[in-house]
Amino acid sequence: MIYADNAATTKVSKTALAAMLPCFEQVYGNPSSLYAFGQEAKELLEDARARIARCLNADPKEITFTSGGSEADNQALRTAAALGAKKGKKHIISTAFEHHAILHTLDALKKEGFEVTLLDVHENGLVTAQQVAEAIREDTALVTVMFANNEIGTIQPIAEIGAVCREKGVLFHTDAVQPAGHLPIDVRAQNIDMLSISGHKFHGPKGIGVLYAKKGIRLENLIYGGAQERNKRAGTENLPAIAGMAAALEESLAHLDETTAKLIRQRDMLIKGLSEISHSVLNGDAEHRLPSNVNFCFEAIEGESLLLLLDDKGICASSGSACTSGSLDPSHVLLAIGRPHEVAHGSLRLSLGEDITDDEVRYIIDAVKEVVDYLRNMSPVWRSLNEGRQQFVLP
Amino acid sequence: MALYSEKVMDHFRNPRNVGIIEDADGVGEVGNAKCGDIMKIYLKIAGEKGSEVIEDVKFETFGCGSAIASSSMATELIAGKPLSEALELTNKAVTEALDGLPAHKLHCSVLAEEAIKAAVKDYYDKNGIAYDPEKFREGDEPHCCGT
Repeated sequence: MIYADNAATTKVSKTALAAMLPCFEQVYGNPSSLYAFGQEAKELLEDARARIARCLNADPKEITFTSGGSEADNQALRTAAALGAKKGKKHIISTAFEHHAILHTLDALKKEGFEVTLLDVHENGLVTAQQVAEAIREDTALVTVMFANNEIGTIQPIAEIGAVCREKGVLFHTDAVQPAGHLPIDVRAQNIDMLSISGHKFHGPKGIGVLYAKKGIRLENLIYGGAQERNKRAGTENLPAIAGMAAALEESLAHLDETTAKLIRQRDMLIKGLSEISHSVLNGDAEHRLPSNVNFCFEAIEGESLLLLLDDKGICASSGSACTSGSLDPSHVLLAIGRPHEVAHGSLRLSLGEDITDDEVRYIIDAVKEVVDYLRNMSPVWRSLNEGRQQFVLP
Repeated sequence: MALYSEKVMDHFRNPRNVGIIEDADGVGEVGNAKCGDIMKIYLKIAGEKGSEVIEDVKFETFGCGSAIASSSMATELIAGKPLSEALELTNKAVTEALDGLPAHKLHCSVLAEEAIKAAVKDYYDKNGIAYDPEKFREGDEPHCCGT
């Protein structure tokens, strides 16, 4: 099997697993217990917090553990909304291609009287700091722009957007679920006030994440109960997952330069190979792009059948077609960069992992070419395009 | 558990009757590329008027796994059958023959039923044969995109 869906989730690394195991069998005490056995767990918890803070250039007090990226996004937005509402500020700026953890929270906030501006992400999948500057108003409570897009991998100018927000005195949050462990993150240098990450995207376990919030930002609770996480997130800490996430993040960053170089080379090999397929297009900017991400649209085929046939060839990938999303419309990300519905249905996302080989990349290229060809040959749309009864959308 | 039944996967992996019939007597196309599925059915009809038989049937489909499997199964169910029987084909029969479809994929079987009816209607229209419009009403299951 070739696993090329690392943007969906990743394999837990041996290092992460080794960090987790003692927390199940040996240091299983509750960090809130006062006896020494509980305090031993507390020490591991605070050690993990300090290490994660170091990875982000944050202070340990600025790190709150959550159940994952979605919870961190929800809490960040709820926090900014509550802070803004107190000052009568009820305007939020975001982008059209955020993760649903952001977009659906914004929908909920709209029902509570907030006004939301979604910035255009252009055909290349990038927003500019200038767009943000122009959208900021007197009553803007928050700017939330994702660090890198989960479908098309485009990396936003986060430090510049953060600088604009600082200058205008507006809170800035970024969903950094995709880049964490894959790109350098420095919350100070990049002017970030709040940031969300998720453990399982960088070889840590699932069900754990982090909300970084700059000192002075009083978090709004989503979950009430015990006094864990400085009263801001109730529930006994998931110590095994926290320890695993800390180890995974450190490990990923330790090998960042070599992994990045290797992945960029293989990504570009894949992009070059798939570009040979006629009437196809790379989605998202080729340069400002996650090292692992490849996303194409192929005209006249549908993504789910593409995925099923690639699965038969042992390749795990994903698509933004409606049939794979379980909704009626294709990916909102592809629609946001201007792909028409009929083209967006024929999309393929491949997200590479550290252990993929060049031979596997070549195998993927051949497999995709073969499957696209096969599906096009049974597609009435393809026939109609080729017989000139319909115009091609993609050159 | 797999997304689809073994039957669906078999018809998806090895679709029966894929292709076109150049001199088809009836052609039906349904669906919408915007929604992500289009089915086109080609019929070759033999026999006397009133007792026609489907001599050959071919399909082309743009769509997901269940759309391809539904087209394949539908063509298999009507191949060689009297035309009157093809008109009785329901999406339910297609779904049952496939050992079921996930709820959100039922519209694929509806498209298959409609594509066949559209092809039969095309044959009737081309040959000036009168028919009961009731037999060509749209199916009960919702289409994708809510169209």
